[in-house]
Amino acid sequence: MTSDPKVITERVIGIGALVLAVAGPAIFNAYWVDVILTQALIVGIAAASMIFLAAYGGMISLAQTMLMGTAGFMIGNMVTTRAGGESKGLTLGWDPTLALVLALVGTTLLGLLFGALAARSTGIYFLMITLTLSVVGFYFVGQVTVVSGFSGIAGINQYTPPFIGDIVNDRNRLYYIALGVAVVVYVLIRFLIRTPFGLALQGLRDEPVRMSSLGYAVPVHRMLAFGLSAFLAALAGVLLVWWQGQIAPGDIGLQSTIDLLIVAVIGGLTRIEGAWVGALAFIVINNYVRDSWLTDLLDTLRIGGSFNTIIGLVFLVIVIVSPDGLMGAWDRVWGLAGRGRKPDEPTVTAIPAGEKV
Amino acid sequence: MSERIAQVDVRRLLPRLVVGLLVAGALLYIVVLANPSPEVGGNWRTTTFGSAFDDWRSFARTLLNGLTFAGLLFIVASGFSLIFGLMRVVNMAHGSFYLLGGYIAYEVQQKMTGSGYTIAGVDVNTWEWVFPALVAVAVIGAVGLVVQQFFLRWNQGQELRQALITIAISVIIADQVIAHFNGGLASSVTWPGWTNRLVTLPLLGIDYSLARLIVLLLGLAVGLGLWLWLYRTRTGMVIRAGVDDRQMTSALGVNIQLTFAIAFVVGSSLAAFGGAVGASQGAVAPGQDGQWLLNSLVVVIIGGLGSLLGAAAGSLLYGLVFSFSAVYLPTAGNNCCTQYSIVFTFVLLALVLAFRPQGLFGRFS
Repeated sequence: MTSDPKVITERVIGIGALVLAVAGPAIFNAYWVDVILTQALIVGIAAASMIFLAAYGGMISLAQTMLMGTAGFMIGNMVTTRAGGESKGLTLGWDPTLALVLALVGTTLLGLLFGALAARSTGIYFLMITLTLSVVGFYFVGQVTVVSGFSGIAGINQYTPPFIGDIVNDRNRLYYIALGVAVVVYVLIRFLIRTPFGLALQGLRDEPVRMSSLGYAVPVHRMLAFGLSAFLAALAGVLLVWWQGQIAPGDIGLQSTIDLLIVAVIGGLTRIEGAWVGALAFIVINNYVRDSWLTDLLDTLRIGGSFNTIIGLVFLVIVIVSPDGLMGAWDRVWGLAGRGRKPDEPTVTAIPAGEKV
Repeated sequence: MSERIAQVDVRRLLPRLVVGLLVAGALLYIVVLANPSPEVGGNWRTTTFGSAFDDWRSFARTLLNGLTFAGLLFIVASGFSLIFGLMRVVNMAHGSFYLLGGYIAYEVQQKMTGSGYTIAGVDVNTWEWVFPALVAVAVIGAVGLVVQQFFLRWNQGQELRQALITIAISVIIADQVIAHFNGGLASSVTWPGWTNRLVTLPLLGIDYSLARLIVLLLGLAVGLGLWLWLYRTRTGMVIRAGVDDRQMTSALGVNIQLTFAIAFVVGSSLAAFGGAVGASQGAVAPGQDGQWLLNSLVVVIIGGLGSLLGAAAGSLLYGLVFSFSAVYLPTAGNNCCTQYSIVFTFVLLALVLAFRPQGLFGRFS
């Protein structure tokens, strides 16, 4: 075990947060559990899929929201029936368990296809290509009316597999499912980055040319990582349609794509934990600052505008002041404290990039 | 030896063969196979008028629609490409500049003509269209200068951070446009009265809107202007040198910061000019910032980033695919109201990315 005070502090905080989360429904009121915490867990899983690619693969993907929505649209088209009201989409009425499996597999395959198209590019090109694929997906569900149409598909969460049960009335059940999936996703990513595949991924993040000379198939590794992140995004998408009961093109529009990017950047693109930190921060701000004194302040300053101006300004300040987000700020505070106390010890930069304690 | 050369040739030839067959298939479909609706005798409603063989004039009109759309695409995307080529900045606020430019032109024209929501074309003279467009160009040029000097100058080389900063700016602009311009309603700039008529095209033998032809001419004029600027002036020479090797250019004593500022102002202004033209051709409305960011991205991914010729080729391909897939594909029955153009946009992108990831005229840096 380690004796680094920072790691010990982080573990204590992590375990404390998990205990608090498990006891959540007993502590917080129903609104907080259902709207704030459940949503933060789901958005956090989607953000984790983005941060996984960014932190360990060096790829900023803006297609995660769209992949998440793909899983949602697939489930929506497969499980709903025409008898259940005026539902849009294909209304296939298939078995929910089958639909769940198909949605996860289908989204992963789409992720592999996108990965194959985008994996030969890096850096800013990768970001542009994934953004383009994402917006193409948005227009696809908006314009191809047989699969959704502009108003989307509603009433999806009446149809859940038997092992999930009734989540429309029992919202705490959905909360615990989301918590369970979030923990599994976190553990899975922490496990994966220690496997040979994860190490190779970090290697080609830092030295793609050298890794290629060593005989690693760089595009294939990138494609597989993208497929994996698509699977994680699909998990978030399934939980999202169960949570909100419906899915519409707006859920994967440019605004939602940017929102997820803001969540990941607020949390910090360098560490997986940042996904849920950022999601909680974003959703709390989103819930409590809307239509309050801040927008009044904008009006008195004669700037005008709504909540989005504030979000944009906050995002701008974070990107300028601390591009690594809250987790980056946290790391820097510890770095400063550590250097102040023991000036003769090697600094954090002496640790090779990619190696986690 | 000759065997080896033959092998290499086959490997190179195959992708081209696939693309060639796809293009040939699409052409065959449009020219011969497309059917008119059942009422007119076809069995599968695809177009309202049948193939190009059946109805040459509708085909020519669709072709012109694609070309004029390509003109507008080129005006907007060439600015995006110019900024990226020189500074490696992906300006995510480019669509917002388009939107803001369109709304500014609208407001100025409203003030000038003093009319209400709908201005009749006959009440607008040429100056009352040109001046609003110029104001939009100047204002957005200034906005671009501020953005470049305050937000992008001190973090050069940090591509991702710059992209994130411009995303934040685009979020703010999108919200401010709704708050301040015409209540966030869709708004149109009115073309001058003399353009509001049909002209008979001599070679094709069809009547076509003069205003749309002017969009095409404006696109060509912008292309010619950019070409003269980049290839026939000293500033243009410096910009091309900067695109090829930034460090070497600045080491030679060129004030590269000044060049960056000029290029960013011109690139932003082109977005605003596109906004004014787009608002005249249709309307500007909140949400189009994302659409025009997508359009710019598609054009430069197809054509290659930072290349003028690439922007032109990308605009043409995208414009034609967009125009033809909107008209020549089934929209009846169960598929009512479905537009397949986005599917074909994706196919076009996927083909380019699969066979030429750097774009048709792009180079890897």
